[in-house]
Amino acid sequence: MDASFLLISLLNGLSVGLLLFMLASGLTLIFSMMGVLNFAHASFYMLGAYVAYSITQVIGFWWALMLAPVVVGLLGALFERHALRRVHKFGHVPELLITFGLSYIVLELVQLVWGRQAVDFTPPASLSGALFTIVDAPSGLSFAWGEKPPGCGSGGLVCTTFPAFRAFGMGVAVLMLISIWLLLTRTRIGLVIQASLTHPEAVESLGHNVPRVFMLVFGGGTALAALAGVIGGAMRVTEPSMALTVGAVVFAVIVIGGMGSLAGAFVASVGLGIIESFAVSSDRSIADGMAAVGLAITPETFGFALWSVKLSQIAAILPYLLLVLILIFRPKGLFGSREG
Amino acid sequence: MRSVAGTSRSFNRGRWLVWGGYALLMLLAPLVFTSSLSTTMLSQMGISIIACLAFNMLLGQGGMLSFGHAVYSGLGSFIAIHALNRVSGGSLALPVSLIPLVGGLGGLFFAALLGYVTTKKAGTPFAMITLGVGELVAAMSLMFPGFFGGEGGITGNRVAGQPFFGITFGPQLQLYYLIAIYTFVCTALMFAFTRTPLGRMLNASRDNPERIEFVGYNTRYVRYIAFMASGFFMGIAGGLSALNFEIVTSEVVGAARSGAYLLFTFLGGAVFFFGPIIGAVLLVLALVLLSELTQAWLLYLGLVFTFMVMFAPGGIASLIMMNLRVASFGKLRQLLWPYLMLLLSALVALAGASAMIEMVYHLQLNKVLGPELKFAGVPLNAMSWSSWLGAGVLLGVGVLLFELARRRFMPLWGRIQEEIESEIQRREARA
Repeated sequence: MDASFLLISLLNGLSVGLLLFMLASGLTLIFSMMGVLNFAHASFYMLGAYVAYSITQVIGFWWALMLAPVVVGLLGALFERHALRRVHKFGHVPELLITFGLSYIVLELVQLVWGRQAVDFTPPASLSGALFTIVDAPSGLSFAWGEKPPGCGSGGLVCTTFPAFRAFGMGVAVLMLISIWLLLTRTRIGLVIQASLTHPEAVESLGHNVPRVFMLVFGGGTALAALAGVIGGAMRVTEPSMALTVGAVVFAVIVIGGMGSLAGAFVASVGLGIIESFAVSSDRSIADGMAAVGLAITPETFGFALWSVKLSQIAAILPYLLLVLILIFRPKGLFGSREG
Repeated sequence: MRSVAGTSRSFNRGRWLVWGGYALLMLLAPLVFTSSLSTTMLSQMGISIIACLAFNMLLGQGGMLSFGHAVYSGLGSFIAIHALNRVSGGSLALPVSLIPLVGGLGGLFFAALLGYVTTKKAGTPFAMITLGVGELVAAMSLMFPGFFGGEGGITGNRVAGQPFFGITFGPQLQLYYLIAIYTFVCTALMFAFTRTPLGRMLNASRDNPERIEFVGYNTRYVRYIAFMASGFFMGIAGGLSALNFEIVTSEVVGAARSGAYLLFTFLGGAVFFFGPIIGAVLLVLALVLLSELTQAWLLYLGLVFTFMVMFAPGGIASLIMMNLRVASFGKLRQLLWPYLMLLLSALVALAGASAMIEMVYHLQLNKVLGPELKFAGVPLNAMSWSSWLGAGVLLGVGVLLFELARRRFMPLWGRIQEEIESEIQRREARA
């Protein structure tokens, strides 16, 4: 394992982790405020990607980046106002169920409007190249801005590029996190939100409209999901199955980090992103590891299929394996405080 | 509490009547619906009745919402089909009629294994963990082709071993009666479970877990046992479906299957024991008939489900029970006209809306066939303004009429409920 591989994997993992955290933060905010687990959160992520794709076709990517979260956030607020608020009195299970029903409707509507195949949603030309290249020469590592310098691939030079759009996505995520943190801690509305979290009655008696604050938070959370969708859709593939694949991972992230803990969600999503990106690019298996310590595993060994699975194959299920391990050894999650 | 001594005789008679009717219904159904399609559908209904009732042991009775319960029926299916292939190969001496029990034991084993982790939590975290575990198993099913058969799945042949009094389970009808017997016995067992102290504790841990802990019970343990019982019955359903289809593919453990169990159990009604039976029948009807009728069926399903959660969270069963209550006080007659008005206006609105949905789907999926389509026998042109205008007018008029009917219905319904309440109070005062 060489240094350039290590660095690129780390950066890739960080960008995936930050993307995950953009989703997990909105979900955590909604959950810790309203006690509602928004099952359709990943559906809003998908909706963000598709809406951005359509806006990009008309007026370009930069407008899409700004408008898609607004559009989706408004839809989310509408859903909260007219559907979620109505079932609030029935309890938490119906609240979860109505968002579950919504995820079906959104999936079908997306397939109805944009078709069942993946759409061609790519980063704009100004962000489509490489940001920098790591040149691994026999004499040592060196950086070069932009695309691969001439002479790569020959004379012992190994070049690895880092896409500019990934860096841009990381920048957007960090910017968004800082602005949310400032909004929640430094502004008046942030104080009202924080207060309605713990003392809704007191806030209401001070003359604030708490249901409207809830609507705002739900709309804001879905807008964050949509922003993640714009980045994630352009970075990966924009297709109807993107909601389910991401949604399950985000749920795992929240449980691993501890329900309702933003710091836990951050550590869990960045950690998962990095672990996954290392696992994807590794073709070792448990059997190899056993062989290294002197235990030979042959096709005759019991459970050979299990031992010989490559790490890259396991990468997709790593979040769930971690989830199970966390639940066995630390049931409240990494940063969780409440036993539930 | 009603006094048990005074009413037990008539109560028992009612119970015999219900269970006898249930058995008779399953006995006679294939004699009324004789086509091979309906026999297949009846078999599937029996299987999904077991599955939905087992699912409701968690959702309705324990307040546990599982997003990955197909894992247990699916893994039960795989265990069952492997056992069946052993029987065919001669290395396992077991009558085919007991194969579903093997599936049940498989489901029990995996519920004991995975449920140990999932039942550590209740409520919302429980739901998220079941989703994660479901995804884990679904991903693993493609990773180990030796056990799960990869993309093609695992096939078997249910005509294996010695025939018993000429019963080979080759014809679908013979298998249907095997399924019917399993369905009846499992329904009875699951109903009996709700009457045991454990079943009561499960209800209590749904309603007030803190108090249960104070009384000295471990709610986690109660959830774990209920989870295993549910897994056992899910496994039986899985084993029966392995016999029924003679092929098990990895999609039986997938999220779509889990979602279907959840949707239809809730639609049928999770708060009553018999609700999931209605849901299971609807599940097969929707999966077999509705999906043939329209490509938009998942959209309709999602919309119906969402409206059900918003306006009737008790499902179809609660609607039936509410109207039975009205009828038992002799007031259903007053509601007949308003019901008819509501139904007619809803149908008009539905016709308009679904005509529009069908036209959009037609444009999206069948463009190559040209813009014409037939909707309920009416020729429509998805590219012409007149079709869209007609559908829109139909929808608008329907919604308007429905709103008018609803405004007249709601006060009437409220008044009748008040009358029933005061009637009940009067009777209690007299007693």
